Amino acid sequence: MIRIAQLSCGSEYSGIQKEIERAAETVGAKIIYPEVSLDDILNVENTFGVSVSSGDLNLAMARAVRIVQNPDLADAVIVMTCFRCAEAAIIRSEIRKYVHENSKIPVLSYSFTERTTAETLLTRMEALVTTVKYRGLLAREKQKGLTAGIDSGSTTTKSVVMRDNQVVGTGWVPTTEVLKSAEDALQAALKMAGVQKEDVSAIGVTGYGRFLVGKHINAKLVQEEITVNSKGAVFLADAQKGPATVIDIGGMDNKAISVQDGIPGGFTMGGICAGASGRFLELTARRLGIDITELGKLALKGDYRNVAMNSYCIVFGTQSLVNSLSMGCKPEDVAMAACHSVAEQVYEQQLQEVEVKEPVIMVGGTSLIEGLPKAMEELLQVKVSVPKYAQYIGAVGAALLVSGLLED
Amino acid sequence: MAKVIVYPPTSMILSDLVERNGHKALVVPEVVRRLVTANEIESPPLNITPEEPKKGLRYAAVDVPSGVRGRMSLIGPIIEEAEAAIIVEDPGWLTGCAGCSRTNELVRLLIRTKGVPVLDLSYPTNDAEAKVFVQKIKAFLEGLK
Repeated sequence: MIRIAQLSCGSEYSGIQKEIERAAETVGAKIIYPEVSLDDILNVENTFGVSVSSGDLNLAMARAVRIVQNPDLADAVIVMTCFRCAEAAIIRSEIRKYVHENSKIPVLSYSFTERTTAETLLTRMEALVTTVKYRGLLAREKQKGLTAGIDSGSTTTKSVVMRDNQVVGTGWVPTTEVLKSAEDALQAALKMAGVQKEDVSAIGVTGYGRFLVGKHINAKLVQEEITVNSKGAVFLADAQKGPATVIDIGGMDNKAISVQDGIPGGFTMGGICAGASGRFLELTARRLGIDITELGKLALKGDYRNVAMNSYCIVFGTQSLVNSLSMGCKPEDVAMAACHSVAEQVYEQQLQEVEVKEPVIMVGGTSLIEGLPKAMEELLQVKVSVPKYAQYIGAVGAALLVSGLLED
Repeated sequence: MAKVIVYPPTSMILSDLVERNGHKALVVPEVVRRLVTANEIESPPLNITPEEPKKGLRYAAVDVPSGVRGRMSLIGPIIEEAEAAIIVEDPGWLTGCAGCSRTNELVRLLIRTKGVPVLDLSYPTNDAEAKVFVQKIKAFLEGLK
């Protein structure tokens, strides 16, 4: 049983403690609360570096100190505080950094509301447990034999067939009916690879529809996107050794993952507003009257500084879009401003919470919209690479990891 | 007998002093006890469900953190019920754990703006101060009779 230490403030009073424990149970883990003494709490300024006026936050910090001093107490740490609490936001981030820098225990932070459910937490919790439980599997660097991967995403379903460390077939369809889309994408990849489904030794599945699709096709691996995508990214970018940062701006949510030797260390997963997702870029392309595949190239010719755009909220972002076009702004400037705005949201909301270490790898379908990696490069002031097959990253990661299960 | 809310509203020491002087103490543990005994336990350990933060909207707006609103769903009704209050400043940890400072600020504000008699005290740091502390509480509570 994986022991996840919960360092939190407000979860019981938000009525979500049961949901946290249910999510942990679903992924085969148990929530624990490291014991501390009153003195540990009173001395937290000396041991952690600060004490605050909220007692529960001091308790969370004292527990973090205890875990760092006794790493055998927990296998993973989750730091949770109320959404919209400034005091808690500062301390949550500092606890995450403290545990990350002073121990080898994987740590995840999350800000909740009373609407947080076990389902909301599941992917994050699953990734946390996977990094503890399957370190050996995640450390594998080569795909062997003939395997397939399916990424059942919120917007598109992708599939690849891999043979002896090479991608030999790909399939890509918009997600409509989850099972049919998965079947269609897989068939397209099999056709391109020139093989039959029966020839494939094993299939790995990831993405939102993973449980349904995994059951339907009898997948050998059903895994969340955090670990699978980071594996696929470092494999395709040839960055399996050392540090790397993976950024995946999806159709429904975004992920920023700090990776060490192919294994995710810290990660954030956001999706508060579609203004910071691929959806906003789709909307921009439609408003500009062009195909989404043309948006990136158009953006590269533009300058975001010529257009005032803020897509913190997709409704306000759309207003900015409409206003700028009605004021006569050039389509290329608008296209680049949209890319910059999405990149800025991800930079401000998520990349502040992971250690950005080079190489920075952008993956997912949005990484092919050239303006987006360029905008991210400008914001981060580092080179951002987009590997070949970047849009198939989840499927590649799943095909790679499932081949490891065959050997075991 | 008056209904007296104490601050911190989790303080068993203050609750005990109020009850010994013949009044009804309004405290959070009493509210939690009702929650965990009157209903089925839907959400352990305190049986606070996501409905409680919504009830807390009576005391704090939707952009106030859910933890504050959840706490206010417990403390708000006892503030409404209160006929008098004892507020201890800088209580430290020994008068009971009140985990969220934002909630504490809102609780003090709501008690003070309610217009009931309030006794303000500092937490005693030695025996002599402790005696004065208890005497002041006793005198205040006797005055309520």
